[in-house]
Amino acid sequence: MHLTKEEERILNGECGEGTRKAMELLAAIGDAYDAEKMVPISRAHAASSGQEGDLYFVELLADGGARCKVPTSTNPVYDIEYFHNLSDFIPKDEAEVARRVMEAYKRVGAILSWSCVPYLAENIPLYGEAVAFSESSATPYVNSVIGARTNREAAQSALAAGVVGKTPKYGLLIKANRKGTHLIKVEAALKDEFDYTLLGYYVGKQIGYGTPVFTGVTRQPSTEELINFCAMSNVSGAISMFYIPGFTIEAQTVKEAFQGDTPQDKITVTDRELKQAYEVLQTTSGKIDFVMLGCPHYTLKQVEGVAKLLNGKKLHDGVSFWVCTSATTKMLAARTGYVDIIEKAGGYVVVDTCIDEPCWIAYKNKVGMTDSPKCAYYRRFKDVIVSRPKDCTEAAIKGEWK
Amino acid sequence: MKSSEIVLKCHKIIGGCGEGEAMVSHEPICFYLTDPKTGVVREKNHELAGKNIADKVLVFPSGKASSVVQIDGIYKLASNNHAPKALIVKDVETVLVVSAFIVKVPLVNRLEKDPFEAIETGDFVKVDADKGTVTITKQKS
Repeated sequence: MHLTKEEERILNGECGEGTRKAMELLAAIGDAYDAEKMVPISRAHAASSGQEGDLYFVELLADGGARCKVPTSTNPVYDIEYFHNLSDFIPKDEAEVARRVMEAYKRVGAILSWSCVPYLAENIPLYGEAVAFSESSATPYVNSVIGARTNREAAQSALAAGVVGKTPKYGLLIKANRKGTHLIKVEAALKDEFDYTLLGYYVGKQIGYGTPVFTGVTRQPSTEELINFCAMSNVSGAISMFYIPGFTIEAQTVKEAFQGDTPQDKITVTDRELKQAYEVLQTTSGKIDFVMLGCPHYTLKQVEGVAKLLNGKKLHDGVSFWVCTSATTKMLAARTGYVDIIEKAGGYVVVDTCIDEPCWIAYKNKVGMTDSPKCAYYRRFKDVIVSRPKDCTEAAIKGEWK
Repeated sequence: MKSSEIVLKCHKIIGGCGEGEAMVSHEPICFYLTDPKTGVVREKNHELAGKNIADKVLVFPSGKASSVVQIDGIYKLASNNHAPKALIVKDVETVLVVSAFIVKVPLVNRLEKDPFEAIETGDFVKVDADKGTVTITKQKS
């Protein structure tokens, strides 16, 4: 990869050891992909996690004095104070890793969004911008719905790009690599956001790695429907980009999405396939101990939906009811009155927190319900049934799911 | 016992030198699905299930699984001194580059011969990524 004089200087350590490490990683990635050069990015999103590999790299940069050059937001870890006040179960060393991770991201000057949907509020790319967004559900949203350009980044490569303000030009930053691979003919009704969850889960599993192009979608999918598709297609597969011509921004026609090429494969999705996907997720029934919503983090509209279902109701004594969201959304939800309604019913609205964190250890041997196959996939619980948000809420009131 | 030495050119991705016994996997590898305390692959039905990748020169087609688990997996192996000594791959992606970078293990691809034909499990392999060479000592009886 060709480096400019300024990039060479960074690599020689003239801008500090932390920034040098970031540049070293980016140069290696450039070499791996035979990138000709680096290009400026406008923003980045680091899929921070409370894990040791993540801690090592962010501290390496922070201790070396690196600071983010462009806005760089962060993924959820967990609300340490909140959970440790609530429970004695969480191992102290886990809390220490999480605390150090969060502190190091602060030292590198990241936007401490602790949200997996930062493109909605805290760090919003524009059409055509080159960015470095890790988080497997954020990558396809940013590419497909917004029409910005990002590769499938790791937390570390995204953070490095945020620190240097550049990334190697390869992969999905190049128009020719953004062409469709699979034609997906939708004959299913796609009534609500949960149907998009099932669609994502099914399509991800069918094609694995690729860029699906959809036909047969009859109306503009909502923000929440698109978020669910992005998240769930990356539980069962690796989908960094997709097209719904007429509704997503980058290609107006199927032909344009395939850039004139023919699809590698064609798949038809009817109500039958979605029903089959749903049935696979029904792993058990009967008494439940918890409900977990907000994987990915719930939007304000989704929090409102939960509040409407719980208004004037009382959750079953034996069921813990959790809604995960961003600090920004909780602030608005509190102001609007939704948090009050959920708390009066006996539920919790928690910020900064991912389902895949040690703070949920109290539920390790418990059975729960969620609307998210991604939440179920992490296997932090004994068993998790996946169904519509309405089903989860009703089951939480009754104490069981039949 | 006689041995013959073959030197192949390769493409450096992460620099450094590493040598050891080769272990060949025709299936992609997820480092998270190894035991961090020993280096033994515990992924059921994997070609390397039950085998130990610690201190080996790993030859495999590509990485797999999400960035978070892959990177955490190799980092935990390295913390216990059970990381592989070098990585020889066919298809490289960002996550694998990051994985090798944070544990400082040389990573190379594009050998001048198909690594799955040139290298067998048990061969002694030396990877000098900085020089761009892979030296294979065949162990034939």
